[in-house]
Amino acid sequence: MKTFRIACAAIGAASFLIAAPAFPQGASGPIKVGLMLPYSGTYAGLGNAIENGFKLYVQEQGGKLAGREIQYFKVDDESEPSKGTDNVNKLIKRDNVDVLVGTVHSGVALAMAKAAKDSNTLLIIPNAGADAITGPMCSANIVRSSFSNWQPGYAMGVVAAQKGVKRAMTITWNYAAGTESTKGFTEGLEKGGGKVIKDLNLPFPNVEFQALLTEIAAQKPDAVYAFFAGGGAVKFVKDYAAAGLDKSIPLYGPGFLTDGTLEAQGASAQKMLTTLHYADNLDTPRNNAFRKAYALAYKAQADVYAVQGYDAAQILANGLKAVGGDLTKRDALAAAMRKTVVDSPRGKFTLSAAGNPVQDIYLRQVNGNNNELRSIAVKALADPARGCKL
Amino acid sequence: MTTATFLVQCLNAVQYGLLLFLVASGLTLIFGIMGVINLAHGSFYMLGAYLAFALAPWFGDWFLMRLVAGVALAAIFGYLLEWVFFSFLYERDHLQQVLLTYALILVFEELRSLAVGNDVHGVAAPAWLAGGFHLGGLMEYPWYRVFASAACLVVALALYAVVNRTRLGMMIRAGASNRDMVRGLGVDIRRLYRIVFAGGVALAALAGMIAAPLSSVYPGMGSSVLIICFVVVVIGGIGSITGALVASLLVGFVDTFGKVFFAEWSGVGVYVLMAIVLVWRPEGLMKRGF
Repeated sequence: MKTFRIACAAIGAASFLIAAPAFPQGASGPIKVGLMLPYSGTYAGLGNAIENGFKLYVQEQGGKLAGREIQYFKVDDESEPSKGTDNVNKLIKRDNVDVLVGTVHSGVALAMAKAAKDSNTLLIIPNAGADAITGPMCSANIVRSSFSNWQPGYAMGVVAAQKGVKRAMTITWNYAAGTESTKGFTEGLEKGGGKVIKDLNLPFPNVEFQALLTEIAAQKPDAVYAFFAGGGAVKFVKDYAAAGLDKSIPLYGPGFLTDGTLEAQGASAQKMLTTLHYADNLDTPRNNAFRKAYALAYKAQADVYAVQGYDAAQILANGLKAVGGDLTKRDALAAAMRKTVVDSPRGKFTLSAAGNPVQDIYLRQVNGNNNELRSIAVKALADPARGCKL
Repeated sequence: MTTATFLVQCLNAVQYGLLLFLVASGLTLIFGIMGVINLAHGSFYMLGAYLAFALAPWFGDWFLMRLVAGVALAAIFGYLLEWVFFSFLYERDHLQQVLLTYALILVFEELRSLAVGNDVHGVAAPAWLAGGFHLGGLMEYPWYRVFASAACLVVALALYAVVNRTRLGMMIRAGASNRDMVRGLGVDIRRLYRIVFAGGVALAALAGMIAAPLSSVYPGMGSSVLIICFVVVVIGGIGSITGALVASLLVGFVDTFGKVFFAEWSGVGVYVLMAIVLVWRPEGLMKRGF
């Protein structure tokens, strides 16, 4: 027991040595990029796609951004909010990274945003859509290359109202991303004269939907808006079709309901309408070139997550270019990252004062294993950034 | 709520409860009779679901054959696992059991990731169970769900018969209450435990295989099931098959109607139920072994 304790003490002491902060790198040496992404669990595939997208852009620039080598540090966040602060501090304090990139899960991203704000580290969020990150928690050193949960939801609400939906119901997991998305939908629908008669929810990650489907059948709304992702999205869409509801009540959702899940959803998702800031068959030279390069590099089809990772790298690159790769000009770098126009595969976009993309939201329809573009649901949609003082 | 809707919700509750029972019965067997806290039980459920997915191309529409093959494979796997790992655990304290079984969760998740990847996959229900029947108004009730409930009932009855009406069941019950005495009477308790463990794994895998067409297969599907199964086992009384059945149905009803009436608080209902039962009957609803 005694040797055990001594060993523990030794390990503890050694870890302090490792954690001792190194001197910040100035205008030379590699730029340290900390990738904090899910490499295990439900979102592992998303984490890999984001990393692939990020690295693809860096490779296209010859492996360097603004003439500086990029050195990667990776931490698996396991999509576990309770470990978020510890994990992000590994990158900030132990590895002393210059820029943080992450993550997928909103709860973890909130922990990252707090740590980045406290330590004044640059943070680029390549997915997590929590409204709060570019709302009350917004900060000059935090930008997002993806979306806010409010954006696709609002756009779908606008589309639903245009289609004459008067009474709608929403259903989601009872967690931040879900309620933010359904609130966006409600706002868009009400603006067009419709109304949400009931919000259904169940605890994350419960997938026993049968009781709520029965409730939907009893209320007979004009449409249902659902927010689920991953395994939950597959199960919900299949259960909805198996209950025969898809024949009488159209099911709408943000793109996550049918992104990366179509193979598993099979026939049950066909013809469904969803809204997102990206569509697989977006036929622009920029997107085609990106998809080709991605397929060549990784032998896989690019998805929206790969695009978000790719754009995270672009935002960083544009910022670095503006300051000539000099990381000592931190505030100028942060400001330049925000002012950039990103030439994204999804179409050009800018960033709002709060750091969230101002972007077109597309209306897509499921056809086979693709989310095909139908029209632009809302042009240059900006998140209202409620609670942000920037 | 109209009467029709109410009845449909009751059907939903029973159906969910029965599926829960199928997973939890294996857990209560292993936990109650062998005294092993098996956190890896959820992984066996996942194993079953992925077996259903992996075996699908081999068996085509021979759905029942696929179930039998999957259960047989899972039982063999459980038998070997008990031999290699769990047989060393009986004399150890619960902490070491938790450590080993938690490690197994991590190993199984990683193996799954290497073998099948991290994507969500659908498993088709057999053609002869496709479609559904109309249930008042807009709602259709899938035949496959009816089949799943029926299968769970059959397994419940079979389990009850084996535990209460056969020589093997008698030995299992005896082993649960006094291990040393049973050994003294000349029963090979190690072999008996190996059979019980294999049976528990097979039950979890069967539940996974039956649930696969309903829930599809995805990473981490085992851990979500594990927690609710422990709740069922604790409510029902550790080691009691009948208790597990009653508790599963209770949980099914609380969960279903909680979602409908108290949407905001639906996650809490099941745990409130558990707290009430524990205050009222700290040993759970039933005594072990029955």
